[in-house]
Amino acid sequence: MPLFDRKDKSRYAAFTRRTLLAGGGIGAVLGALGVRLYQLQILEGDEFRTKAEENSVSARLIAPLRGRILDRFGIELASNRRNYRVLIIPEQALGGVDAALDTIGRIILLTDRDRARILRDISRNKKFVPSTVAENLTWEEFARVNLHLPYLSGIQPDVGETRDYPYGDELAHVLGYVAAVSPTDEQADDDPVLELPGFRIGKRGIEKSLDRELRGSAGVSRVEVNAYGRVIRELSRDPAAPGSDVWLTLDQDLQKFVVQRIAGESCACAVMDVATGDVLALASTPAYDPNLFNIGVTPQQWRGLLEDDHHPLIDKALAGLYPPGSTFKPAVALAALDAGAITPDFTVDCTGSLAFGNHIFHCWKKHGHGRISLHRGIAQSCDVFFYNVARRLGIDGIEAGAHKLGFGNHTGIEIPGERAGVIPGRAWKEATYGVKWLEGETLNAGIGQGYVLVTPLQLCTMAARIASGNAVSPRIVRVLGREAQERPELTKLAFSGDAIAAVQSGMNAVTNEPMGTAFRWRIPNPGFEMAGKTGSAQVRKISEAEHLAGVTKNEKLPWKLRDHALFVAYAPASAPRYACSVVIEHGRIGQHPDVQMARDILLYVQQRDPLKRTPAWPVSAASLAAAMRHA
Amino acid sequence: MTTTPYVAVRRNFTWIEKLSQINWFFVLLITIIASIGFAMQYSMAGGHFYPWAAPQMARFAIGLVILAAVALVDIRVWMAAAYPAYLISFLLLIAVEIVGHVGLGAQRWIELGPIQIQPSELMKIALVLALARYLHGLALEEVSKPQKLAVALVMIAAPAVLVLKEPNLGTAAILFADGFSLLFLAGLSWWWILPSAAGLVAAVPVAWHFLHDYQKRRVMTFLNPQSDALGAGWNITQAKIAIGSGGLTGKGFIQGTQSRLNFLPEKNTDFAISALGEEFGFVGCVIMLFLFAVVIGFGIRTAMSSRNQFGRLVAIGITLNFFFYIMINAAMVMGLIPVVGIPMPLISYGGTAMLTVMFGFGLLMSVHVHRLVELPRSSGGII
Repeated sequence: MPLFDRKDKSRYAAFTRRTLLAGGGIGAVLGALGVRLYQLQILEGDEFRTKAEENSVSARLIAPLRGRILDRFGIELASNRRNYRVLIIPEQALGGVDAALDTIGRIILLTDRDRARILRDISRNKKFVPSTVAENLTWEEFARVNLHLPYLSGIQPDVGETRDYPYGDELAHVLGYVAAVSPTDEQADDDPVLELPGFRIGKRGIEKSLDRELRGSAGVSRVEVNAYGRVIRELSRDPAAPGSDVWLTLDQDLQKFVVQRIAGESCACAVMDVATGDVLALASTPAYDPNLFNIGVTPQQWRGLLEDDHHPLIDKALAGLYPPGSTFKPAVALAALDAGAITPDFTVDCTGSLAFGNHIFHCWKKHGHGRISLHRGIAQSCDVFFYNVARRLGIDGIEAGAHKLGFGNHTGIEIPGERAGVIPGRAWKEATYGVKWLEGETLNAGIGQGYVLVTPLQLCTMAARIASGNAVSPRIVRVLGREAQERPELTKLAFSGDAIAAVQSGMNAVTNEPMGTAFRWRIPNPGFEMAGKTGSAQVRKISEAEHLAGVTKNEKLPWKLRDHALFVAYAPASAPRYACSVVIEHGRIGQHPDVQMARDILLYVQQRDPLKRTPAWPVSAASLAAAMRHA
Repeated sequence: MTTTPYVAVRRNFTWIEKLSQINWFFVLLITIIASIGFAMQYSMAGGHFYPWAAPQMARFAIGLVILAAVALVDIRVWMAAAYPAYLISFLLLIAVEIVGHVGLGAQRWIELGPIQIQPSELMKIALVLALARYLHGLALEEVSKPQKLAVALVMIAAPAVLVLKEPNLGTAAILFADGFSLLFLAGLSWWWILPSAAGLVAAVPVAWHFLHDYQKRRVMTFLNPQSDALGAGWNITQAKIAIGSGGLTGKGFIQGTQSRLNFLPEKNTDFAISALGEEFGFVGCVIMLFLFAVVIGFGIRTAMSSRNQFGRLVAIGITLNFFFYIMINAAMVMGLIPVVGIPMPLISYGGTAMLTVMFGFGLLMSVHVHRLVELPRSSGGII
């Protein structure tokens, strides 16, 4: 049998043909794969490279350190302190999360509410993401956790930074506070740093108005992550830029004195440099501890703050609106003198009341002051005298004069929430009530009653303007970061010098002449004398019948119905440097506590004399020069 | 074709002579390809020999011994062993249906003591051997005779359908492809081929009906990867990103973010070449394709130079089997076809695949060594 026949030959030939055909097919397929590679890697390579980077590179924000807030001498009013905290990493808790929390719960206090929050946080994150177990631990607690660490699997001690207000409620209304970011905050602000867990932003006060500057800008750590989001390594790091420090004009020593002096009353007080408007102290009592808001207020604490009838959450110095009462009279007098409505020797015969239209306007002194001049009118605060002045001046004059002294407008202080108050006028009444101005209302406005509403800070501004003759405005930020804050050019108050001198003389008589309403509470120390103006503001309507029967003494009324006590002053009377205003809600109880407070505060500030002391180095030579120019 | 004296054909070579007949250039070539695989396994472990590169190297070493051993065995012995091997593989396939373990939702292997056996892998070799043996006995015109063809079709379809039932679509497809290509190369009439091809296309909608849900999902996902970008489409999307992001020259050894950071699923097995594309770019991939083409070219040359039809068909069957692996895996990883579980030969991590590929190359080498052996159509081989 032949091994190799013709049939074999034919099939070998067929095999060779078909194999070459198949080889061509294989070559075509390999070529197609090459073309596909060319398409993916060369043509679309850049696109895929971007996608690969998006996959694997994740930017992690680094929280910036918040700028400090300092007083004029460099005392830290708001700073950052170490926040000792304990974190849990679920995947490292060998016995499970519950067991780990049980163990840590024997070392530090964990309430059921804490536990629920921790478990909720854990369930939202991946297993390797740390969740906060407890924050703001004391050093002792933190040390205890560290001591027990060897058998606390999954527990990680950590030191962060948190806001600290060492002076607590003394500065609550000036500084405000920081608190967790709310969804509305995130909508209003596109700074990505807000998304950092646990990040805090300013919610009130300077913390709010200068939040952007204090906040700084976030750093970015570019990390490589794997498909599960776990960080493999850090690729690059742009460190966070810390926020700017804010140097205030406040003198913390004085602030502390003021707060202690006015404590116990529902009260507001401002102390100002009459030459520049720099605010040296600004207080509203009662207040709250801003640290609470940073850590988190409990519902009980929050309800307590809301329900307190002394309104600790309201900054009365800026947002409290009060009828100025007699403290408004220097403004009316000044406007009238300047407008020529009266002359310095203008006199009125006070009989205890004035009939105007079909209404009787009473003086606070039932039987009248007799013949009374401008000087005595201010010193004794004669209502009938000022009814007459107001009639001569008219509401338009009162309105214009009050505006010149800073009433009816925001003072522009760098603390949010300030209110403008009300200086009524014809146009205002038309716009607000839709009816015409009544001439009788001019009389009420003349003694700071009726529609007139002012803030304690505006009152202090008025005192500073009358004292200096300049249109100063209150400012509380001295240096921001490295830049001294520009002060607007000082302009002369648009009143004649003679008019100002006459009013100053009247205010001097209030405290320094025996007939004055506040003579008993004057500053007796030579060279430290203060000039001022008392005031009280009714919060209830006194009927004609009560006028006839004798007005009920304040002491006999419920607290809420008592008059507000107001006092504005500046010192030294001869060469004014400091201005002060005190408003005590429902506080008029005979002994003029407002005057006594202002007396003590003005004496203290003059003796301490913060304006003579060198302010803390304001960082750069330029800002030092600027600070010197203002000093 | 060169004519060789008949005596030479009858001569039995010594072991030493046979060893010298092994094409060591070919062995070097596949060692280079396998080394690319080791490098990728090393890279994907973040620059470590464990857990993948070292075992892979050990397997390749065993594979080389197997290759040499298989190459030294006379081609006539393989011819005699063809039907028994097919039968055993077929029985194992049935066994896997009964006692097979459930792995990845499919019954694919059985355990014999310490080793796991994937009968479907054995069948790829056994089918080539058995079909070659069968076709060796047929003259050219007999191949196209219905009754002869029917036997061949049953030999192909019986194991392929069993594998399809496992279910293992990829391997079943390769079995069909291997079988039909051998029929084609053995000279099956175009009168059979063209109408069948047309019928196959017409049958696609019917076949769709019989696919498993996960297989349908894979096809749907392939057609629109974005429809399920984080689910089944993830594999395709991430593999394309890996390859595409390599650009011209790649990100560098051990610098591939996609593979090292676990964005690639099954990165060290079926998707191993996406890591190659990422780290060595277009240049690396084209070099790899070129090396594969050289291996295939060698296989074709070996087939054409053999003096016996059995050897020719075995050689071309092994070569095509190798090519189908490459084509399906590469096309899948590059997003050209749906995801099927087919590894890249010599590169992907995996024991059974490595050993069957090396066994196949051993057969190829045996054909090469015994290329001058002439066998009559009636021969059944020798034991």
